Amino acid sequence: MKHLLSTADLAKPDAVQILDTAEEMSAVSLREVKKLPVLRGRTVVNLFFEDSTRTRISFEAAAKRLSADVINFAAKGSSVSKGESLKDTAQTLEAMGADAVVIRHWASGAPARLAGSGWIEATVVNAGDGTHEHPTQALLDAFTLRRTWAKLNGTASTGTDLAGMKVAIVGDILHSRVARSNLWLLRTLGAEVTMVAPPTLLPVGSREWPCTISYDLDATLAAGTDAVMMLRVQGERMNAAYFPSTQEYSSRWGFNDLRLAALDASGRDGTIIMHPGPMNRGLEISSAAADSPRSTVLDQVRNGVAVRMAALYLLLSGGTASAAPAPTAAQEAK
Amino acid sequence: MTESNTETTTETNTASTTGTTYLIRGASLTGGDRADLLVRDGKIAEVGSALGAAGAVVIDADGLIALPGMVDLHTHLREPGREDAETVETGTRAAALGGFTAVHAMANSSPVADTAGVVEQVYTLGRSAGWADVRPVGAVTVGLAGERLAELGAMADSRARVRVFSDDGICVSDPVLMRRALEYVKAFDGVIAQHAQEPRLTDGAQMNEGTVSAVLGMTGWPAVAEESIIARDVLLAQHVDSRLHVCHVSTAGSVEIIRWAKARGIKVTAEVTPHHLWLTDELVRSYDPVYKVNPPLRTDEDVQALRAGLADGTIDVIGTDHAPHPSEAKECEWAQAAMGMTGLETALSVVQHTMIESGLIGWADFARITSAMPARIGRLAGQGQPLAAGAAANITLVDPAARWTVDPSAMATKGRNSPFAGRQLPGRVVATFLNGHPTVLDGALNTPARPVREG
Repeated sequence: MKHLLSTADLAKPDAVQILDTAEEMSAVSLREVKKLPVLRGRTVVNLFFEDSTRTRISFEAAAKRLSADVINFAAKGSSVSKGESLKDTAQTLEAMGADAVVIRHWASGAPARLAGSGWIEATVVNAGDGTHEHPTQALLDAFTLRRTWAKLNGTASTGTDLAGMKVAIVGDILHSRVARSNLWLLRTLGAEVTMVAPPTLLPVGSREWPCTISYDLDATLAAGTDAVMMLRVQGERMNAAYFPSTQEYSSRWGFNDLRLAALDASGRDGTIIMHPGPMNRGLEISSAAADSPRSTVLDQVRNGVAVRMAALYLLLSGGTASAAPAPTAAQEAK
Repeated sequence: MTESNTETTTETNTASTTGTTYLIRGASLTGGDRADLLVRDGKIAEVGSALGAAGAVVIDADGLIALPGMVDLHTHLREPGREDAETVETGTRAAALGGFTAVHAMANSSPVADTAGVVEQVYTLGRSAGWADVRPVGAVTVGLAGERLAELGAMADSRARVRVFSDDGICVSDPVLMRRALEYVKAFDGVIAQHAQEPRLTDGAQMNEGTVSAVLGMTGWPAVAEESIIARDVLLAQHVDSRLHVCHVSTAGSVEIIRWAKARGIKVTAEVTPHHLWLTDELVRSYDPVYKVNPPLRTDEDVQALRAGLADGTIDVIGTDHAPHPSEAKECEWAQAAMGMTGLETALSVVQHTMIESGLIGWADFARITSAMPARIGRLAGQGQPLAAGAAANITLVDPAARWTVDPSAMATKGRNSPFAGRQLPGRVVATFLNGHPTVLDGALNTPARPVREG
């Protein structure tokens, strides 16, 4: 695996390998010394054409914990705002010695373009492209789901998949790179996925996706689900007539207090509530839901660092799961 | 088509007056019987067998097909304004190599071809280049802004004698403006060539809306945005009894609407590009902007419907929509990239592959859709005539058995944005005669025709 562009490209063994490696990386993060020397001397560039502090610092922390050198390049206020092309920017960064380019871009397909154009040799990691995909977000979500599913099944998570787990993804599917990446990855891992959204926020072509489509969140919750992933909804969608008002959206498709109470009353204590952040409290998720014991929002953030460490390690070391070293005391950096 | 071609322009365009006589020996005339063609003084002087002509340059056309020179209704020559992308000189060299003897230069230049001055400039550039008849298309609205009519009559009366008017690239979406334009051009037998794209339904559109766009996360360009405008326009054309031409039809639904309109006797003609006869939105999965074009590549179902519509006459003509761009306009993110593909130098081969070798049409149909009909829609005298004695000697000689691999860097157009790069295609243009002068010989550019003084 040279690049990480889309979860649709990930075969099941690759996906499980990344999640298993992330388990090992997660263990590192619990230690007092949170650093491995495996990418010492390698350079990772965070090339961000779109603001995303959360994703950028997660990748930065991941690369630094692997002892890589990190260069952050934000398009705003840079040569890019002076009209420099993606090609020239990427070639400039590679000339400065980048081994991996972690790219966040507002245009769908920009990472694939960078990887497939022959402009640069470096490894390309998609950190979210337009409304296409956000593979490391899906991997950290799958990591979080797998731990939940293993716990429910009374097993350790390493080596397992999500066979039989029911996951509902709720909200603005049309504009969500998180939803797309999750759909392909969760299906690969064996989960059953239901997309819940207003019909205006589902792509026309989603009828052929390998998932159930629902317009009714209450019916989906009543049918029983092991995880509910709430997506961020931008209020400005209202102005484009995707829905009449934020109040109506919230009451029909938000995870509000009524739905939390109904879930609590249903006896499904193991069902978790997920959100990729940043949350619009009171719109797609109520504060009570976001702060409830079911919420895995902060676990997801924590797991994001481990998953990105695993991805960077596997991509840059060219390693396989079996070749990934168990982090031993000897390998830990001082 | 039932309309009569009563009012054509009468100008002789560029013509050879060098006095050289050519004898094209043994060509299959539009794929049928073999005959000799004697070309003299810009005309086909004789058609027959075993013609002799002392002093004539003999061209051995054994195994070749002679076609009436191809006429493109839809070409972007980019001049004036974007000479970095193409010039009249380079674009018409590409046209000649592609077998074309006439091209219609679209109006979206800078300045826009919305005045007699600009269309005369383009016309004059074409005449001095001498590689093909250049017929400027006039803008429908001032600056392509869709607000008020350009001086259509002045362009019609100019030396360029404009008959085709289009805001191509932009849809004349205002129904009242479209109605008025359709009505007004009747005064000089003009036609409105509509770029059918409902603007509100295609805001920010990047590719065909469907299963592929859903996966790629790109804003969709729905088929209904094209079909709804065509439906409206054919009804407007019926209401005011005017001629409508629909540019680059791309969907199965559009073919159905045009078929319905023709059955009702509405004066509508339609065009399809070579690329829409072959390529689909599956290619967009590469995110390579060489496949970015407007209207977008559609589905295989649409491709099959377009081929069937072209074969049964619902679609009248091939229009290349040749749209060259400098490399930096395509060496970027998909969303940033310019829309358009080159097409002049691949059109014949792509149509041969998709329509002839698939058994849908023969070479006589090819002559109809690439020459006779486009010349008739554009009201071009001296073009699109059958290969008969007395006709202007606009002739394309094709080797249908040839096979070649598309290499954009070897093309005459400045554009390197061919979606067929690397594909092996059938058919090669061996020679092109523009009013009796060979602009192309042995598959390579020869010399331009010298303009004759206008009377």
